[in-house]
Amino acid sequence: MKPFFLFVFLMPCFAFSQAKNSETPVTPNQLAKGKQVYENNCMVCHQETGDGVPGLNPPLVKTAWVLGDKTKLINVILKGLHEPIEINGERYNNIMPANDFLNDQEISDVLTFVRNSFGNKASAISAAEVKAEMAKK
Amino acid sequence: MKPFIKLSLCIAIGTLSFISPSDKKSTSGQRLKPDADNGGITLPQGFSAVTVTEESGKARHIVVNSNGDIFIKLSALKGGKGILLLRDKNNDGKADETQAFGDYIGTGIAISNGYLYTSSNQDVYRYKLVNGIPDEASKQTIVKGLPDKGQHESKSIALDGAGNLYVTVGAPSNVCQEKDRQKGSMGIDPCPLLEQHGGIWQFKADKLNQSQADGVRYATGLRNVVGLDWNKQTGELYAMQHGRDMFAAYFPELYPLPNGDDLPSEEFLLVKKGSDFGWPYCYYDHLQAKKLLNPEYGGDAKAIGRCAGKDLPIMGFPGHWAPNGLLIYSGNQFPERYKNGAFIAFHGSWNRGAKNQAGYLVAFVPLGKDGKPTGKYEVFANGFAGTDTPSPGGAKSRPMGLAQGPDGSLYITDSQKGKVWRVMYQK
Ligand code: HEC
Repeated sequence: MKPFFLFVFLMPCFAFSQAKNSETPVTPNQLAKGKQVYENNCMVCHQETGDGVPGLNPPLVKTAWVLGDKTKLINVILKGLHEPIEINGERYNNIMPANDFLNDQEISDVLTFVRNSFGNKASAISAAEVKAEMAKK
Repeated sequence: MKPFIKLSLCIAIGTLSFISPSDKKSTSGQRLKPDADNGGITLPQGFSAVTVTEESGKARHIVVNSNGDIFIKLSALKGGKGILLLRDKNNDGKADETQAFGDYIGTGIAISNGYLYTSSNQDVYRYKLVNGIPDEASKQTIVKGLPDKGQHESKSIALDGAGNLYVTVGAPSNVCQEKDRQKGSMGIDPCPLLEQHGGIWQFKADKLNQSQADGVRYATGLRNVVGLDWNKQTGELYAMQHGRDMFAAYFPELYPLPNGDDLPSEEFLLVKKGSDFGWPYCYYDHLQAKKLLNPEYGGDAKAIGRCAGKDLPIMGFPGHWAPNGLLIYSGNQFPERYKNGAFIAFHGSWNRGAKNQAGYLVAFVPLGKDGKPTGKYEVFANGFAGTDTPSPGGAKSRPMGLAQGPDGSLYITDSQKGKVWRVMYQK
């Protein structure tokens, strides 16, 4: 039931990300920089493999957050997240702090890295897209 | 006719009294055949283990009744239920019957005075045990409405057998920062979370519908306690404190590797009424054997400041091992040196460096007559993760709860799939 539900739920996201894929190319250089930001700021909670910590920190593997709406994803980094979420039937109880000390380029790099690691494949997130969300704050 | 009835009654009773002692023998660990691989874990010489079940669900704490029945509390409902009863009907150590009760998740489970006590993340309930089965119609709410803000939400329970129930209320925070877990955010002073969280509360074990305010604040300065047990020999409460996260990640200059991953200590605590263990202002450093000030409150990895006079642990363990189960062993099956000592189930770390996760094991601490350690801790059971470089998501199993069977066997639950081991000593 659950995995099937998630799959259906994610389908529009895949479609969405594929459509955008052609617009913003993912470069090896950006992935390398994004990996660095990930290791310094995200890995402690989401782990080296991006598979998180059961019950505490959610995985970043093919989730609706990672592959879905970019503005929503950018705001997880800018504002943090503290709401009950369930992924693949598992609940996560820790808090995601705001990472607003990262600049637009670093956020663009790390999100592009996450969207193209751990089995994920999705379009890049540009610094301009991050900047636009920052301006809304 | 009458003499015949008398005779058959006599035979029946005779048969009954003949059956019960042989029953006792067959539940004794010494007659069970352990698994050839001890269920995939390593144990000291002379010990062996049988897998009670491979998968029970998201297992938390466990208790074993005097008839050998096993109760497990789950942190995710299984078929809509949150409490399992596992029964081994043919005495081979393996569960062959499962019953399920209760429509809530939680952690705590204990048996006292003919009742099964269980906790959700807000309440403590009890059920009368009728022929060993919890009578759901008799469910009573003992404590209600404890705070549950998501983080450190589980409520562990222990009973002292003298009419008191002890319940932990963890702090929904890492170190009471203005912005929880945010790099650079300072600690709030005084920490308002301490009013309703970060401690152990004492309640009456048989009084219904007690609120948090009806309880006694037994101890404070506790970030998150999951492993909790009453030492019957000394008549005192013991607890395992989860030390704070993020030293190495947020303060690499103050806590450089490799020690940065080993700090702060996970604390083994002898809890007295009125104890204050110092969270969020203080942490324990087992390498310096001192309670020190947290950097969010002005600390620099050396300063003691207001932490002078805070209660110290009876032992400090390496950082982030996550002690989730505690059992003071009172059985007679294990060799004498284990008697009244402490078994501690460490869940295994996530908050250490990527290739440096550790503590997916069960440790033993020998305790003396005064209830204090008489030596260093020993790794008792290991190999749960199934790899030398474990990760919380990838570990095959993670030790969670501990219980003692009527014959002195040690039971261990795993939180990944709910595997259960029964550890025995065979002379
Ligand atoms: C202190 C631990 C921590 C750190 C550091 C952290 N996260 Fe998170 N993250 C969490 C938790 C916990 C949640 C879930 C929050 C909730 O349930 O409300 C989460 C949720 C998320 C989500 C949405 C849910 C999902 O799994 O898809 C994304 C995406 C994410 N984090 C990415 C990141 C990135 C990128 C970084 C680094 C810039 C980062 N996180 C740093 C703990 C952390």
